[in-house]
Amino acid sequence: MDKREGREAGTVRLNDPWYDALATGWGEGAEAFPPRRPPADRGDDLRASDIYLEVQRSAAFQEVRGRYRRFVVPATAGFLLWYVAYVVAATTAPGLMARPVVGSVNVALLAGLGQFLSTFLLTWAYSRHARLRRDGAALDLRWTVFERERGQERGRGGRGEGR
Amino acid sequence: MTSEHQTLALILFSLFIAVTLGITTWVSRRRHGSTEEFYAGGRLFSPMENGFAIAGDYMSAASFLGVSGLISLFGYDGLLYLIGFLVAWLMVLFLVAELVRNCGRFTLADVVAARMSERPVRIAAGSSSVVVSVLYLVAQMVGAGSLVGLLLSDTGPAARTLTVVGVGALMVVYVAFGGMRATTWIQIVKAVLLIGGAIALTVLVLVRFHGNLDQLLASAAQRSGYGARFLSPGLKYGGGWTSRVDFMSLGLALVLGTAGLPHILSRFYTVPTARAARRSAVWAIGLIGGFYLMTIVLGLGAAALVGPDAVRASSASGNTAVPLLAGFLGGGADSTGGAVLFALVAAIAFATILAVVAGITLASSASVAHDLYASLRRRRARQRSEVAVARVAAVGIGAVAIALGLLAQDMNVAFLVGLAFAVAASANLPVLLYSLFWRGFTTRGAVWSVYGGLVPALLLVVLSPVVSGSPGSLFPGLDFQYFPLQNPGIVSIPLGFLAGWLGTVTSAEEPDERKYAQTEVRSLTGAGAV
Repeated sequence: MDKREGREAGTVRLNDPWYDALATGWGEGAEAFPPRRPPADRGDDLRASDIYLEVQRSAAFQEVRGRYRRFVVPATAGFLLWYVAYVVAATTAPGLMARPVVGSVNVALLAGLGQFLSTFLLTWAYSRHARLRRDGAALDLRWTVFERERGQERGRGGRGEGR
Repeated sequence: MTSEHQTLALILFSLFIAVTLGITTWVSRRRHGSTEEFYAGGRLFSPMENGFAIAGDYMSAASFLGVSGLISLFGYDGLLYLIGFLVAWLMVLFLVAELVRNCGRFTLADVVAARMSERPVRIAAGSSSVVVSVLYLVAQMVGAGSLVGLLLSDTGPAARTLTVVGVGALMVVYVAFGGMRATTWIQIVKAVLLIGGAIALTVLVLVRFHGNLDQLLASAAQRSGYGARFLSPGLKYGGGWTSRVDFMSLGLALVLGTAGLPHILSRFYTVPTARAARRSAVWAIGLIGGFYLMTIVLGLGAAALVGPDAVRASSASGNTAVPLLAGFLGGGADSTGGAVLFALVAAIAFATILAVVAGITLASSASVAHDLYASLRRRRARQRSEVAVARVAAVGIGAVAIALGLLAQDMNVAFLVGLAFAVAASANLPVLLYSLFWRGFTTRGAVWSVYGGLVPALLLVVLSPVVSGSPGSLFPGLDFQYFPLQNPGIVSIPLGFLAGWLGTVTSAEEPDERKYAQTEVRSLTGAGAV
């Protein structure tokens, strides 16, 4: 799993304008001095966010984001619509809501309990979906970013020591 | 109420205060004064602990006393509140909890400022967070004052003033000395007490009806005097179109406001990972949902067993329905069992208010010190001094809340809470969602969306019947009422979203793609999260 993602991320990095600088950092320290780069603080910032830009464009991240959105967008639209419909019905159609169903239980009570039930069900479905379909991949990506950042720092540190 | 009740209630109040002060001292024994510790409790709480703390933060006296009272008087219309409060949590769970935990450090402004020009965004988001918190705080202070006034049957203004000042002083002590760790433990203790109390009363009500819910519904409807209409909507909000639209506005504010409440957002920073934040939200939904289901039973039980006439005689808005029900279930107001249960419920309600107040004060002191002070000061101060500023801010906010709480003593608690939700949904939610999900969002859009929600929300309240133009308003003598609704949500929430969009499309600033990439990757993977 890690290997595959590493390779994917590696191909992505070819687009990276700082690729050369990073590569010498990763490598055996061919240069005694770091290449010229923009002013230090800005440069560090840019390089850090470059890692994020690469990861954002990687297929692994797009997959995680797609899975998240494919669940959250319809679910949010669904529960908001169901809630608004419920509030509008309660305020504008009291006759419909008052229709008895069983004993003292009427449509309004069933709809209210339905809101409770749908909230619990969606909570369960979301946490199950996130646990099974998103957590593992997200953690892998977190490691990818972390290792890349560490690699970058190691590269810089290595040059600093003049290895 | 007899003096026996009062003594017992006072003993239980004092016990709770002693326990919570003990927690505060115990927790602050080994403090290092870091911001991490003060605002986020070291981020080491477990999902279950944080879930209880969130539930404790969220289940204010408004739901325990206010909504159960509404149900006992108006039946179904009280239930509408609970459903808004609960469904709002799906918004938090799906769109906010994990992403905010991953991107931010302590406050809402952290999430937005990561992408934008920091200073103006922090000032905007920080001010709106403080406004929301202060509104929410005032509601709780007013609630504490009227609760203690009612329960001690000493409704003199001196007792109320003393209570408001006392609650304010206590919460400043909790927050200033204990920080997030003490506040969280107080929330957990309070949530356990509140849920335990609710379970005990619910079981007693159900036992009385032999577990037959249909019989409970039928006798509540019969005793209410409204018959079947008691169990369907319309008794309270069924009047003209103005009151119906007003209710829709409130419903919208409730469902969208929770995700913008600063003291709820700051709770997600107390756990180590986004996964833990999600699990704490799931715990919270379970606890809150279960508690609300019990609240329905308690409200109906109060209607069926105590009767709306007795409830109304004790408090016109129904705030004492549950304590009265407890007294009845214990064997009547004059028996020992009744006195014990009554005092227990009163003490739990008081603990509820204290804990909620502490949570909000902490969140707003974080906004002041971490967002406003950090953006407005000149030099870069050391970390330790930010915590010192936060402690001072807690004292300052306490003082403001005490003053406003005294001024607003006669205002309706539920209205103030609804207003806080409306402002949170108008000013905080649009900027948060745009920052997390909109690639092209810019600094100007962020600033506009905060002020574009905050200013209309506050302005519409000033122009509403709540402030002037009707006998029940704040200034009944004046009339500058131009807006018919009590709750501004239905207008100001769309305005907040619209202003954010307008600010973005009109700004010359190119959206920073790298920063958005960073926000998006961090929010979904937790890379680089603290």
